[in-house]
Amino acid sequence: MAKLGAPAELSATMAERSLTQAAGDYLTQTCAVAAAEVQKLYHDPLELITRAVQPVLWLMLFGEVMARVRGVAPGNIPYLDYLAAGILAQSALFVAIFYGISAIWERDLGVLQRYLASPAPRSALVLGKALSAGVRALSQAIIVYVLALLLGVGINLNPLNIAGVAAAIVVGSALFSTLSLIIACLVKTRERFMGIGQVLTMPIFFASNAIYPLSLMPAWLSTVSHFNPLTYEVDALRVLMLLHGASDYGLLLDFGVLVVVTAALIGVAARMYGRMGY
Amino acid sequence: MSDQSAHTPLAEPAVAISELTRTFGDLTAVDHVSLSIGTAEIFGIIGPNGAGKSTLIRMLATLLPPTSGTASVAGCDIVRQPAEVRRRIGYVPQLLSADGSLTGYENMLLSARLYGVPRHERKERIERALIRMGLADAAKHLAGHYSGGMLRRLEIAQSLLHRPAVLILDEPTVGLDPGARETVWDRVIELRDRFHRTMIVTSHLMDEINEFCDRIALIDRGRTAAVGTPAELKAKVGPDATLNDVFIQLVAANEGERERGYGEVRRARRAIRDHG
Repeated sequence: MAKLGAPAELSATMAERSLTQAAGDYLTQTCAVAAAEVQKLYHDPLELITRAVQPVLWLMLFGEVMARVRGVAPGNIPYLDYLAAGILAQSALFVAIFYGISAIWERDLGVLQRYLASPAPRSALVLGKALSAGVRALSQAIIVYVLALLLGVGINLNPLNIAGVAAAIVVGSALFSTLSLIIACLVKTRERFMGIGQVLTMPIFFASNAIYPLSLMPAWLSTVSHFNPLTYEVDALRVLMLLHGASDYGLLLDFGVLVVVTAALIGVAARMYGRMGY
Repeated sequence: MSDQSAHTPLAEPAVAISELTRTFGDLTAVDHVSLSIGTAEIFGIIGPNGAGKSTLIRMLATLLPPTSGTASVAGCDIVRQPAEVRRRIGYVPQLLSADGSLTGYENMLLSARLYGVPRHERKERIERALIRMGLADAAKHLAGHYSGGMLRRLEIAQSLLHRPAVLILDEPTVGLDPGARETVWDRVIELRDRFHRTMIVTSHLMDEINEFCDRIALIDRGRTAAVGTPAELKAKVGPDATLNDVFIQLVAANEGERERGYGEVRRARRAIRDHG
């Protein structure tokens, strides 16, 4: 980090590297980290397949039963449709929230030091990792889409809507994977992380509108859920993904909340990530 | 940048360490170390386990900020200009830093991009480096399937892609068989003689330090116990002394005061790992 009162030679070297070049480097470095993660998935795609089991179970078991209960989903939208958007967000959340464990793994191995010894700004590294969690989550989205179509969910296949869903998933995954990275920086061991990860997923999932609307909740839980970023991710997914979906908060607020929280978390994580190498 | 600058000898040393200190809680891992390392010099750092070698090296690589003191590496200050230092050095950590779930080529590409190697030069530089390191045939295989020697060569190749002026190698030959060890040292010598790179190397093997290093610092309990050429250090101890004798004699001089049991070693290691 630059300190005040830098000597003249320092400011001279800084000026040599123009702003556009610095921005180009930043983008290259961010994409390099994300690309490496995508290459890993390509070499070992088994993880994606095993991860598909959970959304299948939720939609086919939980969804089919709850669809018989009237009055859960607001308006005249079938419950399975309502649930599909929530399960999409959930599967992305589950991928993202355990993402920090790979950071701990990389620290124990030494791969982390390769990243930290490079001139890439810490925030570029963290952002790259966050984006790669988004890419992982997109592969989940494809599975949920296929399954939802098979189950007869009314899905909006307009390319613009699909692009919107992809954007919401990437930002949402970036948010929760960065939260996960912050936790990893704090706890530093896999055992402790697993415990905390399990404890976190439940409240994030249930204190949200993923499987039931906030209006069904007791007042205190509804208040808590309003502060849960997952609520806004699900809200955006519902209106973008479904033919008859409706948004409670509007896309502008949904994406606004997701982007601002993600940016804040990346700022925090960038400060902590460098210290993980100590 | 490096190829022209390498042949013009710098007025200032490649690495100038002054009063560098790092504490972890009560433990002083590196205690007011001052050293000067010249351009195109292979500088060995030796010392017993827990002497502070890795802490010293990680400070030079800007992975760990010093508690006090500073160092200039390749003309930049590690405290005030860490990002500039990182741009000018290569660092091969003691731990495994190549990613086993990527291929050799992908590992190289990741480094090239992180270190800002220009896009149009990446492919050529990577391919040339892989050939030079004898990894061209294995470039498309996952690094997880490489042997120990291949991994070290890959890691060294990764840290040279941006043509650093100073290369820091933390125990580069640990766990390697003699053949693989020799390959690593051959490369280090070539880097000095052909490309005038400065190298800082730690090792526990006195034979290779004696044979390949131009100068050595013996670090004991965070301080420099002795600095000089292998011949100078050996002459201090006796006419027929080996570097092993130097190590044993100079380190043993302090042995009386230090009785490090399991508990203290554990505490020290945990402190190094968790503090910050």
